[in-house]
Amino acid sequence: MEIVVAVKQVPDLVEELEIDDSGKALDRTFLKYRLNEFDEHALEEALLLKEKHGGKVTVIALDTAEVEETLYTCLAKGADRAIKVTGNFDNGVDSREAANILREVLSSTPYDLILTGVQAADDRDGQLGPLLASYLKLPHLSVVSGIELAQGGRALTANQEHSGGIVAEFEVTLPALLGVQAARETPRYAPVSKVRQMMKATKIEELAAAKSALDSVTPIRRLSKPESAGRAEMLEGDAEEISSKLIAILDQRGLLKGSIK
Amino acid sequence: MTETLIPAREVFRNFSGLMVVVFYGLSFLALGIFTYGIWLRIAKYRKGRPANRMTILWSRLLRAGKTIGAHTTLKKRDSFAGAAHALIFWGFVALFIGTLIIMVDHDFLRSISPQLQFWRGDFYLWYSLLLDLMGVGFLAGLMMMGVRRWRLKPKQLDYSRPDRKSGEYDRTGYVRDDQIFLWGLFCIGVSGFLLEGLRIAADRPPYEVWSVVGWQIANGADLVGITLESANRLHLWTWWIHGILALGFVAYIPFSKAVHMLVDVANLMFHDTMAGKRLPAIPEGAPLGYQTLADFTWKELLDFDACTKCGRCHVACPAQASGAPLSPRDLILELREQAEKEFGGRSWLHENAHGEVNRQVTGGVIPADTLWACSSCLACVEACPVGIEHVPMIVQMRRKLVDSGILDANLQGVLQKLGRYGNSFGQSERQRGRWVQGLPFKVKDLRKEPADVLWFVGDYASYDPSLQELTRATARVFYKAGLDFGILYDGERNAGNDVRRVGEEGLFEDLVNRNIAVLEKCQFQRLVTTDPHSYNTLKNEYPELIARNDRGWRISHYTELLAELLEKGRLTPVRRLGYRVTYHDPCYLARYNAVVDAPRRVLRALGVEVCEMPRTGENTFCCGAGGGRLWMSDSRRPGVATPSEQRIAEAVELGKIDAFVVACPKDVTMYRDAVKTAGHDDHIVVKDIVELVEEAI
Amino acid sequence: MSNEVLVVVEQCDGRIADISFALLGKGKELATVLGTKLAAVVVGNEIRTLAGDLGIADIVLLAQGAQFSHYCPEALKHCVVELVRGRSPRLVLIGNTAYGMDLAAGLSAETNIPLLAYCRDFRVEEGQIIAVSELYGGKILVESEAGGTQLVVSVLAGAFPVAAGRGAGTPQIEEFSPNPAAAEARIKFKRLIQPESGDVDITKEALLVSVGRGIGSKDNIPLVQELADALGAQLSASRPIVDNGWLPKSRQVGKSGMSVKPKVYLAVGISGAPEHIEGMRDAELIVAINSDPTAPIFNVAHYGVIGDLFDIVPLISEKAKAAGAS
Repeated sequence: MEIVVAVKQVPDLVEELEIDDSGKALDRTFLKYRLNEFDEHALEEALLLKEKHGGKVTVIALDTAEVEETLYTCLAKGADRAIKVTGNFDNGVDSREAANILREVLSSTPYDLILTGVQAADDRDGQLGPLLASYLKLPHLSVVSGIELAQGGRALTANQEHSGGIVAEFEVTLPALLGVQAARETPRYAPVSKVRQMMKATKIEELAAAKSALDSVTPIRRLSKPESAGRAEMLEGDAEEISSKLIAILDQRGLLKGSIK
Repeated sequence: MTETLIPAREVFRNFSGLMVVVFYGLSFLALGIFTYGIWLRIAKYRKGRPANRMTILWSRLLRAGKTIGAHTTLKKRDSFAGAAHALIFWGFVALFIGTLIIMVDHDFLRSISPQLQFWRGDFYLWYSLLLDLMGVGFLAGLMMMGVRRWRLKPKQLDYSRPDRKSGEYDRTGYVRDDQIFLWGLFCIGVSGFLLEGLRIAADRPPYEVWSVVGWQIANGADLVGITLESANRLHLWTWWIHGILALGFVAYIPFSKAVHMLVDVANLMFHDTMAGKRLPAIPEGAPLGYQTLADFTWKELLDFDACTKCGRCHVACPAQASGAPLSPRDLILELREQAEKEFGGRSWLHENAHGEVNRQVTGGVIPADTLWACSSCLACVEACPVGIEHVPMIVQMRRKLVDSGILDANLQGVLQKLGRYGNSFGQSERQRGRWVQGLPFKVKDLRKEPADVLWFVGDYASYDPSLQELTRATARVFYKAGLDFGILYDGERNAGNDVRRVGEEGLFEDLVNRNIAVLEKCQFQRLVTTDPHSYNTLKNEYPELIARNDRGWRISHYTELLAELLEKGRLTPVRRLGYRVTYHDPCYLARYNAVVDAPRRVLRALGVEVCEMPRTGENTFCCGAGGGRLWMSDSRRPGVATPSEQRIAEAVELGKIDAFVVACPKDVTMYRDAVKTAGHDDHIVVKDIVELVEEAI
Repeated sequence: MSNEVLVVVEQCDGRIADISFALLGKGKELATVLGTKLAAVVVGNEIRTLAGDLGIADIVLLAQGAQFSHYCPEALKHCVVELVRGRSPRLVLIGNTAYGMDLAAGLSAETNIPLLAYCRDFRVEEGQIIAVSELYGGKILVESEAGGTQLVVSVLAGAFPVAAGRGAGTPQIEEFSPNPAAAEARIKFKRLIQPESGDVDITKEALLVSVGRGIGSKDNIPLVQELADALGAQLSASRPIVDNGWLPKSRQVGKSGMSVKPKVYLAVGISGAPEHIEGMRDAELIVAINSDPTAPIFNVAHYGVIGDLFDIVPLISEKAKAAGAS
């Protein structure tokens, strides 16, 4: 079974995010990038399917910030091939453009299934999954957790999560594209020594993007931080004082067990 | 009667020629079996990987000689066993040399030239006296050991295993081996005395009064009314019993626990005093962690055989004490059984396992849970009287587990955080220096300006909100002492000590390289750290990883620095704290690096009375957080107290103490938790030593 | 070119989702400003009666058919694409739910109408539609211009009031029959799996103590359980806790879990990712304990504590027990 996993780098949310002087983009000075967490799950799901049913896993990403190390990590985890798509991505790539580029690239890559993370933190213009699926004319399902092969490998069963804890089970014919919410196991760890080994032993393939970067059709006006208008009233003091204050607050509203009238 | 009797003894008294021949035949047979057995063992060791221990051989021999001669490791913390073993050991050595003397004199010197024979006259008299006394000591020691093992039944001689269920193994083989060894030696000793007594009873040479014990036995025989004829007959019989027992024992040595007499000398000789403190890197071509027995070195294979099942490591281990599936003793014994099955050199009496034989060591014969339960406290290595190095083996096997992805889920998350952010909290590097906010002075950034002291703060002290106040206290104390110090701010990364002990060697190298890259650009005279784990790796492991070491690498723990500052008068206590406290030695400080005095000097200088817990100094009892255990989920048996709770209980036994003093940030967290969960919050307060210092100045 | 504001109404088993009402409310407001009509499209089987709930719209479009009796993402997408191609609305509003995520970007790709996602607000400025997207885990708001004449917007739950969409009225009802051949059945609905009716229905609880990643490990859950017991509350959790298996799915609060509106929601070690906040922002009293001062949870909480939960939680438990006992 040939599985392609589309991944991307996103700004690491652990860092404090600042807005640059233009007001229209993030300040990149201290920005760190990491693999989109949902893409990590998509890769894990792909690897689990490969381990169970055989086949190959190809990871593909656009050549944006620090993606090389991420691709080597994917190889260390068990992916068979890594492809980096080069182009002019300095000002960022939105999902639509990424989908366009990947559509071209994937026309020469065989696949039975494409997996990608259900969403990413910077999906201003929508998620890659459904966009790419439309361009490739593939059936698409998002918010998927739990994929199993069915019908002798010609279809999949997939679970889609809805609110209220409800899950809808579908059967999807292959080839298809799924947006993964969560893999069935925690994404595995790639020991540093394995990653370094990959760096020495394997090569990341490079493909050039066919189209040049376009300006966004929905230009950004400005970035801002959410106003803490409804910001919490912070309780000060040491643990003793804070806990007392909290109890007082609950008591005041008649919410403590002993004080419920 | 003008003849003066020359003190001497006939060697094969009343032996027919045939008997002599048979005896020599049996001797050669016994020696042959012995040699064969030793050869099998050596062949086994040769199957191991190289270990780079064949250096400074004379020095090693001397060191081993001293240790064994003085019985340093045996009498440490167990004077009863130490004394008993010394009696047995020296008794055995004396009697063995005694036999050698007879052999040399009778078999060699007599055939070369009878004039050379020396086993007679005054020499013989002193010989007889000495050997009789040593023989008594020998038997006394054996009896002491017998009483200890079978009457007193100390916990360390309980062979039940925490890493297997009770139906899965059978150690009666070990128990038989113990019995045979002890009773065998005892019977040899007693039969030896008996035959001496009977001979003296028959011959009554007057000089034999020097054989004090034999003489008394002869008197006893007379009392009982043994005739001359019976005495001679009994003597012959006893001689043969004694001879066969002794020869049997010789043949038995390589196939039983008696082999420790030889193996342990070698093991002590090739012991690495830095074992565990400085772990081996992975050289080119070496396996990435141990998977099967073929990966172990010859020294490790020797380690397995060296174990005498004394159980000291077993009772010292905090994992074992909290019901986790790890006992260092059983780890070694399991590996021994495995090695004997695969490589030969088998003991006759051994453990039986019920279940299939598994070639896979890591994760198979030694389950992953066992390996992950270790907190790398080194108590096992420190307690072992024969130089076994358990911790490096565990780390090597962990390396394989990490490589194979068999990790506790929590640990995996922490390793990912360490890899990405250089700290175990998963927080931005830029937050590392935030703790300085709130200090009334500026803390130097050593990346930008030079300072005398580079303070390597460590993850917990920097990021943990409940510990940051202590870090600030330390800064204030340094400032008050007029110390010229600075920190690395965002440039610092986790020193990597526990990352290495967890088995993620690649990440360890990464962290080391990053730290060194930053350190090399800084200008400082010495390094100081509050964290004993960082202290250990910076002191013992970083130097060999720094390519250019033209600076000289001087590192102190902050307790050493505080002691210095107090003693030099740069810090002056303005009040004497009349507290009564107990001090908990951090494993990585006291046991790993022998820093035991400095904190106590500090406490004394503050006017504090230190009340020691039973396990103190190098015998300190681990809080259970090391070796990455802090990053993993609980491994103990439910219902059993954690190591830190047990330690608090130990402190509570001391009566009313004002504080439980620690010198490691992780200890603060562990013990504060333990005090809460053990319900002692009303009577014990956990304080870092710097809190007391600040209070006093 | 209808130039209308079109809301794609989400329905399941004859019940219209709250978010659709919120979209209708805001949609009506926008339509008024733009001087145009508000249309609502509902897709399903035998859903005529639902039109009664959509009084606030000017036009209700019903796409009915047996192929819509169960949720089918492909059929839905083809239907809406055809409709949008035919009617050319000015603005299409879709909720950011699983339903919406299946639809919105695909719709945008097929019709080539630009999409702005994760919106929590939009307005009209000089005839242009400006949308504000909440990105980067809720930490940054991005204001974007529509750019062209048409726009698709996917809207976050809780961005607009639900009540505003429940209006009375008599909309014009049109039946819309999508071209059946266009929809291939490559995705077949099999069944709905209801959550295990656990011991507890957290949506009915008055007090919830909710635990997040900050708890560190499964072994620490008893600590929070103790607090819940002391307060007479039930334990709930954010997604990572449930994913790890430390608490059952019935306790999950958030986009893929339950939406709760308790009297008290005590968030312990929860950072406040948008998907979680979506599930609890309407609680009457929200108290958050977190060691990270920049945690987004503090933006919705009424009271916040920046500190170590392991220090504070046991003390609260203690005091609550003492208060309960007296």
